[in-house]
Amino acid sequence: MKVMLQHVAHARSGDKGNTSNICVIAYSEALYPHLREQLTAERFKAHYAGVVKGPVQRYEVDGLWALNFVAQDALGGGVSRSLCLDNYGKSLSARVLAFELEIPDGLRGELRGLT
Amino acid sequence: MKSLIRIGAGSAWWGDRVEPAQLNAERGDLDYLCFETMAEATISAAQVRSRRDPSFPGYDTYLDDRMRAVLPACLKRGTRIITNQGWINPRGAAERIVHWLRECGAPRGMKVAAVDGSLITERVLELTDRILENGKPTSSLRDSLVSAEVYQGAEPIVAALKQGAHIVVSGRVADPSIFMAPMMYEFGWDALDHAKLGAGNGIGHLMECGAQVTGGYFADPGFKDVPEPWNFAFPIAEVSPDGSAVLTKVAGTGGAVTLQTVKEQMLYEVHDPANYLTPDVVVDFTTARLEQIGPDRVRVTHISGKPRTPTLKVSIGCTEGYIGEDMFFYAGPGALRRAQLAKRILEERFKIVKLDAEEIRIDYLGLNAIHGAMTPADAPEPYEIAVRVAARTRTREEAIKVGREVDGMAVSGIGMTGKRVPHQDRTREIIGVWSSLVPREKIVPSLSFYEV
Repeated sequence: MKVMLQHVAHARSGDKGNTSNICVIAYSEALYPHLREQLTAERFKAHYAGVVKGPVQRYEVDGLWALNFVAQDALGGGVSRSLCLDNYGKSLSARVLAFELEIPDGLRGELRGLT
Repeated sequence: MKSLIRIGAGSAWWGDRVEPAQLNAERGDLDYLCFETMAEATISAAQVRSRRDPSFPGYDTYLDDRMRAVLPACLKRGTRIITNQGWINPRGAAERIVHWLRECGAPRGMKVAAVDGSLITERVLELTDRILENGKPTSSLRDSLVSAEVYQGAEPIVAALKQGAHIVVSGRVADPSIFMAPMMYEFGWDALDHAKLGAGNGIGHLMECGAQVTGGYFADPGFKDVPEPWNFAFPIAEVSPDGSAVLTKVAGTGGAVTLQTVKEQMLYEVHDPANYLTPDVVVDFTTARLEQIGPDRVRVTHISGKPRTPTLKVSIGCTEGYIGEDMFFYAGPGALRRAQLAKRILEERFKIVKLDAEEIRIDYLGLNAIHGAMTPADAPEPYEIAVRVAARTRTREEAIKVGREVDGMAVSGIGMTGKRVPHQDRTREIIGVWSSLVPREKIVPSLSFYEV
């Protein structure tokens, strides 16, 4: 089944200069391999096209069921120079929640927020 | 040696709430209460302010509020305080804390230590070579330099505790180090014991953002629900001599300490999770193990460490011009098409008044002002929209033009335009922050002691 990432994982963004890091953490151990396989650095960068202007590096932390994306040139020049209202990019992590993933039907019970 | 110490967070940034600090002081049964009050540009902004405003004392503007709130309970319990509220004047902050200690009836002879040595503005161009972000020589910043400060580690704070300080107030110290200093002091950790320092600094990193590990910056209704998100407590770490800890909070408060809140904070503002650079140690979070051992209790073990680097990070603040910004509003049917025409008017007006800007941004707040170019093309049209305009310029005179052109939208704009009274300052100065590295041995911290 195709689902939005918000049912599979949660996310938080942080800032350092003009670099944003966005961690994406699976809600369960069984969901994590699907997240890891499908949310590649390339797809992440494409999903943030127009805002993330530099390279994206992905780090895996398997023990936490987590991926950490480090996106350069993502904060409009940096917190103090940015013309964006959300100059820290705190809401950038919300964007990845709309990424679409294919999850086996058998894992439906592990998904969050499905009505 | 104690078999456990209780460290509580008192703030995660300058503007943080004061009442959870008081709660931790009164009900946290704390050995240490630690305050982190700085953002990247705090020091530079303080330098600019102190040049313009001789009455600005150069330390945390909420120092009085915070100390008045926590000192009575801290004195009663014997809780020591570690804080970076000294900003550009740690000695002044220490003297002010002595004043509040006296007001609270602290015993004669109680010591407050000020940690200096972080500010290297005069020497930074000699001590550094390249800007980390762009590889250019730091000497290219000569004309715009406002302030430069080194991120110090926990060692000077530990030295102050060893010399009997009850409260230690510093300038720039790396955020996790503020929380790790009590662990090094109480458990006798060597400054080169990277295994223990890695674990301790990792716990410090989990604590440094306060409520971000107890349910703050987390709730998402229907997905990540948090009890009473108006009533957060700041975290408490029960730390063992091996650097493992249980993270928790005062009972009866809102928020939550769960595997999810801890994981999100563990990776917050981290780049490579196996190599998180701090002045004291390189932390490796990839080995960490988390266990929910009770309600709002998460045990954190096996965070590891690698030897510290030979350099310290320097933050260099520079004046980089100005930003002018303002907004105005539309509502009801056709709000978006009116906003689109308003944008066109502004673009033409900026040409007419020859606005000299490095970058101009005009957004529709309610549609695309936050996610910008990522906004889906089929996003639904909102009922209400703000047109928000911002420009980055070299001079304040140019930045002022932005607000002046928005003023013109009142009677010379289009129908049904909502306007704010232009009472607030619509321009601000930009302090750009760059980073560089300085050899560790070039930085010598200094301690000063003040007594009640």
